[in-house]
Amino acid sequence: MNELKQICKDALSEKKARFIIGYKEDKNKRIKPFIAKTPEDAEQLTFNHHAVNNLAVYLPRFKNNVEGKIGIVVKSCDLKAVTALIQENQIKRDDLFIIGVNCSGVVLDIAKEFNKDNTQIKCKYCQAKTPPYYDALADESKDFEMPDDDQAELMAKIDKMTSDERLEFWNAEFEKCIKCYACRQVCPMCYCEKCIVEKSEPQWIDTSSTARGNFSWNIIRAFHMAGRCIGCHECERACPMGIPLTLLTRKMGMVASSEFGYRHGMSLTEPTLIGTYSTSDKEDFIK
Amino acid sequence: MEEKFEPKIAAFVCNWCTYTGADLAGTSRLKQEANARLIRVPCTGRIDPVFIIKAFENGADGVLISGCHPGDCHYNAGNFHARRRWILFKNLLDFIGIDSSRLYFSWVSASEGKKWVDIVDGVIDAVRAKGPFKQYKKMNKEIEIPVAAEEGVSVK
Repeated sequence: MNELKQICKDALSEKKARFIIGYKEDKNKRIKPFIAKTPEDAEQLTFNHHAVNNLAVYLPRFKNNVEGKIGIVVKSCDLKAVTALIQENQIKRDDLFIIGVNCSGVVLDIAKEFNKDNTQIKCKYCQAKTPPYYDALADESKDFEMPDDDQAELMAKIDKMTSDERLEFWNAEFEKCIKCYACRQVCPMCYCEKCIVEKSEPQWIDTSSTARGNFSWNIIRAFHMAGRCIGCHECERACPMGIPLTLLTRKMGMVASSEFGYRHGMSLTEPTLIGTYSTSDKEDFIK
Repeated sequence: MEEKFEPKIAAFVCNWCTYTGADLAGTSRLKQEANARLIRVPCTGRIDPVFIIKAFENGADGVLISGCHPGDCHYNAGNFHARRRWILFKNLLDFIGIDSSRLYFSWVSASEGKKWVDIVDGVIDAVRAKGPFKQYKKMNKEIEIPVAAEEGVSVK
């Protein structure tokens, strides 16, 4: 803990970073995002199992940054979002001072203690506890045995359904949607200045929370995430209605990986999946 | 007597190949069924997946997308970009439950009038056999507001 504080304090006093986006504990003992601007502020920075937020969501607003580096505290899953944003030209690597933290999992329900039943799905199949690259690394991890990945089982179950059953399953899920767009706001990869759902001439997606509008919105959101989602599971965490949104994004990630051998947010220089093509792409479904 | 179901097919076709191919089918006086509504787009790369969703919303029972053969694109690479997008979108729709019996893809060049007729007839027959897209049509109904209705407030 002291190590993270020390790193941030040094970075701010040595002007390695203009400010640091990190986490602090508020007076209700909740962990929330916090921007430390001075070495004194850095005293409040913290990290533990309750630091669920993906702070990369704040980065695209510094696209035209000219003033100096932006410090950011990242877990390995969040770092993938940072990499993806660099890949998509939303932020420059040179503008960032990345403080990686070793993470051993974050909570699903922030009101409860971290334990086997209170772990985010992404942590259950997380491959990298340590971020693959960083400017400074703080070690906060503790040994912890992860429970089984139950989402993969649910996904296999859906794969076995007939198409009508699947449509019924998703209809029942999307019916809950209240169109609050929390999934969009919290997503680090949803940075369009004007979202397609807000375009009104012509209006592509019904903005009212009807079955039809919900269906279109969720399909299009999932498609815009196809091959771009880095799997931070923030959409599902933010969803007030508990729609299993990550089922869709994870499935699309699996398709991208099986069809094209591509994983987003893994390389700073590789072209994006949709931004390029190959003449040998599979076309057995095209007559 | 029950009326025979006639499917509505929205066909998104590229201006340079399939639209011209369909035109050739017409000028060659080839007979084809009239259920497909052709929507001409500059290139298959222009087809945003939201178009396909919009077509289903507006009552299409099936969607057919067709463009130039790989390598023949008027804009060199439009159909390659489109193909990559379709692979992802097709898998997504499959996972959601709109399977390949509603969504068709083909390459038809400007000289393939006969191939176009065969494909359109094939798609129409397949969708006719599958029946109307009831699940999507059901969604078009507005959600009712029972509380307001009870109080005698008129709800549109």
